[in-house]
Amino acid sequence: MAGIGHFLAMGGYAIFVWPAFAIAALVMAGLAVQSVAGYRRRRRELARLDHEDAP
Amino acid sequence: MFRMANPARFMRVSAAVLPWCAGATALLLAGALILALFVAPPDYQQGEAVRIMYVHVPAAYMASLVYVVVAVASAVALIWRHPLADIAAQEAAPLGAGFTLICLVSGSLWGEPMWGTWWVWDARLTSVLVLFFLYLGYIALIHAFDDPTRGAKAGAVLALVGVVNLPIIKFSVDWWSTLHQPESIFRLGGPTIATSMLWPLGVMALGFTLFFVTLLLVRMRSRLLAAKIRALRLAA
Repeated sequence: MAGIGHFLAMGGYAIFVWPAFAIAALVMAGLAVQSVAGYRRRRRELARLDHEDAP
Repeated sequence: MFRMANPARFMRVSAAVLPWCAGATALLLAGALILALFVAPPDYQQGEAVRIMYVHVPAAYMASLVYVVVAVASAVALIWRHPLADIAAQEAAPLGAGFTLICLVSGSLWGEPMWGTWWVWDARLTSVLVLFFLYLGYIALIHAFDDPTRGAKAGAVLALVGVVNLPIIKFSVDWWSTLHQPESIFRLGGPTIATSMLWPLGVMALGFTLFFVTLLLVRMRSRLLAAKIRALRLAA
């Protein structure tokens, strides 16, 4: 377990290294979720409209 | 090029390419994370803090690269009035703003332990902050008009004017004295960075690039769907 603790400590720079990776993960995940959610919403909307068009 | 830029063709081609882009992005980012955290060595001066580089440098590279995409697409939109070009520029901009934010925050988190300060108003840091505000200004401007085509045109002009900032960012570390280190990768005479660090950095940069391409395709497809929905609503 000392291995994991040692890894997480990042040679004493943990409070700088982990937030840097976290901000990247957060921003990129946020952009991905926002982009894909908007795309799916419009696809559903279009499917609904196409369905209404059909007799 | 213009045949490729036909919206119907774009939808077909992007649908075929998208799953591969998404898969490659996931693989590259996962691999790069392992390389950056476990495989790459600690720096002899900076110790483990050097791992911030694997976030900071690819984000910085993307911040400028995406701006080039926005500017080129804006030029194409202004000159040839191609509707896909406007959409590309407008959908790339929020992604570029995101990368610039990552660059600024990770740089700050790297600056404090290495330089002893979160921020200095030197040429490199300030010009990247200007880039961030250019992205935000562009996004605000394209939505500021009742007529979206006028917004697109105003945005395209701003994007092109903002291009002057790119060489300032690139050469700021040579032109002015700064805390920021000089270019160590894309320089005459080859990189000065160790191969054991360059290699994980390259994989991460490729992962970031494909991440951008994937999301840009998704967002452009989304915009074309929105146009189709509007057309159907008007016809109904």
